[in-house]
Amino acid sequence: MSKPRIATTSLCGCFGCHMSLLDIDERILALAELVEFDKSPINDHKDFTARCAVGLIEGGCANAENVHVLRRFREQCDVLVSVGDCATMGGIPALRNLVPLEECLREAYVDGPSVFNPGGRIPDDPEIPMLLDKVYPAQEVVRIDYHIPGCPPSADTLWKTLTALLGGTSVELPYELIKYD
Amino acid sequence: MSEGPRFTLDGREIPLVPGQTVIEAADAAGIYIPRLCHKPGLEPFGSCRVCTVKANGRSVAACTYPASPGMIVESDTEEVNAHRKLLLEMLFVEGNHFCMSCEKSGNCELQALGYRFAIAAPQLEFQFPVRDVDASHPDILIDHNRCILCSRCVRASRDLDKKEVFGFVGRGPHKRIAVSSGTRLRDTDADVTDQALDVCPVGALLRKRVGFAVPVGQRLYDKVPIGGAPVVPEAPVAEEGRA
Repeated sequence: MSKPRIATTSLCGCFGCHMSLLDIDERILALAELVEFDKSPINDHKDFTARCAVGLIEGGCANAENVHVLRRFREQCDVLVSVGDCATMGGIPALRNLVPLEECLREAYVDGPSVFNPGGRIPDDPEIPMLLDKVYPAQEVVRIDYHIPGCPPSADTLWKTLTALLGGTSVELPYELIKYD
Repeated sequence: MSEGPRFTLDGREIPLVPGQTVIEAADAAGIYIPRLCHKPGLEPFGSCRVCTVKANGRSVAACTYPASPGMIVESDTEEVNAHRKLLLEMLFVEGNHFCMSCEKSGNCELQALGYRFAIAAPQLEFQFPVRDVDASHPDILIDHNRCILCSRCVRASRDLDKKEVFGFVGRGPHKRIAVSSGTRLRDTDADVTDQALDVCPVGALLRKRVGFAVPVGQRLYDKVPIGGAPVVPEAPVAEEGRA
C-alpha cells in the first residue's frame, strides 16, 4: 500500500505554523516514513501530483490567489485541516479588517512616513493578486474538517493531530495543547 | 447528611441558604457553573447567560435565579453546554479578540472558557466590528474591541470604588461601555488603584505598562482549566467543521 499523501500551504500567514511543524524535530523522520509530501513549501512542489489524504492550511484568505489555492486544496484533499489562528480566525492579518482597504493601501504606498513614491501609484500590475475587501478565515471560504488554533500551534499539537488523523483515530488533544496564542 | 433545605444539581443533593442564588449555592458546594458576567462580591447582573442552567426544565441564569428547596437543576449536560458553547462563540465573533497580541491572554476568562468548552475555532461568521480604544488616561486604557459588556467594571466602580466611572450607552449591537457623556477616560476620576480594573474578565480594561509580566506556561489558565474541575470534552477538541 502506498503511503498517504499530505499537502501543505501558507496562504495569508507568516510561515510560523510551518516552522512549528519543523519543530517536531527528529519526529520529522517518522513523519517522512508515514507520509509522502505532495504540494508543499517543505519540498517546494508547486502543484498537486495526486489526490492527497490530508491538507494543512496555514493562513486565511487575503487575496484572490489565496482563495484559488484554498479551493484547489479542498478539491484535492480528503481531509482539510486549518492550522493556526490566521486560518481559523483571521489572525494578525485580519487586523486590517478594522481599517478600510483603500486607507490601508494609501498608508502602505502613499502616505506612510517612510514611503518614497513620487508618482503616488498604488501597485496595480495584473500579475499581483487582487486583495479581498477583508481577510477571511479559511472556514468562511471552503468547508474545513478540523481546526487547530494557536499562534502557532505547538509542535506537539501538530504531531498529535497528524498522527491521529493518519492513524485513523479521533483527534483528542489534552487541555495544555489547545491555545489561542 | 445534615438537615436543612436542599435542591438537586446534576443529580447531587446540595444545601441552600434561603436567599442564595443557584450559582452561590453551587459555589458553596464546590460545584462550578461556568460564568462570565458573574463575580462574587458584585451584584448579580445576568447579562452573559453563560451560567444558564435548567431549573425544573426552564432555562434560567444561575447567577440571578434564587435557589429553592426541592428544585431540580441541570447544568453540566450536553444540551446546556451546547448553549453555552454557542454563546461563547457569539462573544468571540462579535468583538475583535486577537489573543496572540493581547496582554490578557492566558489570564482571560473568555479565552479560558473557550478552552474549557474545546472551541477550536468559532463556526459563526466573524463580524470584525470597528471599535475604538480610549488610551487617554495616563495609567489605564479601555479597548472596546475586547469588551463583552459584562458590566463588571460598571458594578465595581459603582459599588466598590463608589465612583460610577463607567456606564452603558447605546442599545443592541451599538451598546458599549462609556464614561461620562462627552468625556474620555482621562477626564474621569478613574484611578489606577480602582477595584474596577481588577474585575474585567477580558483585556478590555487594563492598567498600562504591566502587560505580559507572567511568562507563557505560568499564566492562570495555561495548565488548569477555568473552574478547576477536570474537563472531559464531550466532543474531540479538534471538532468537525460545520461551515
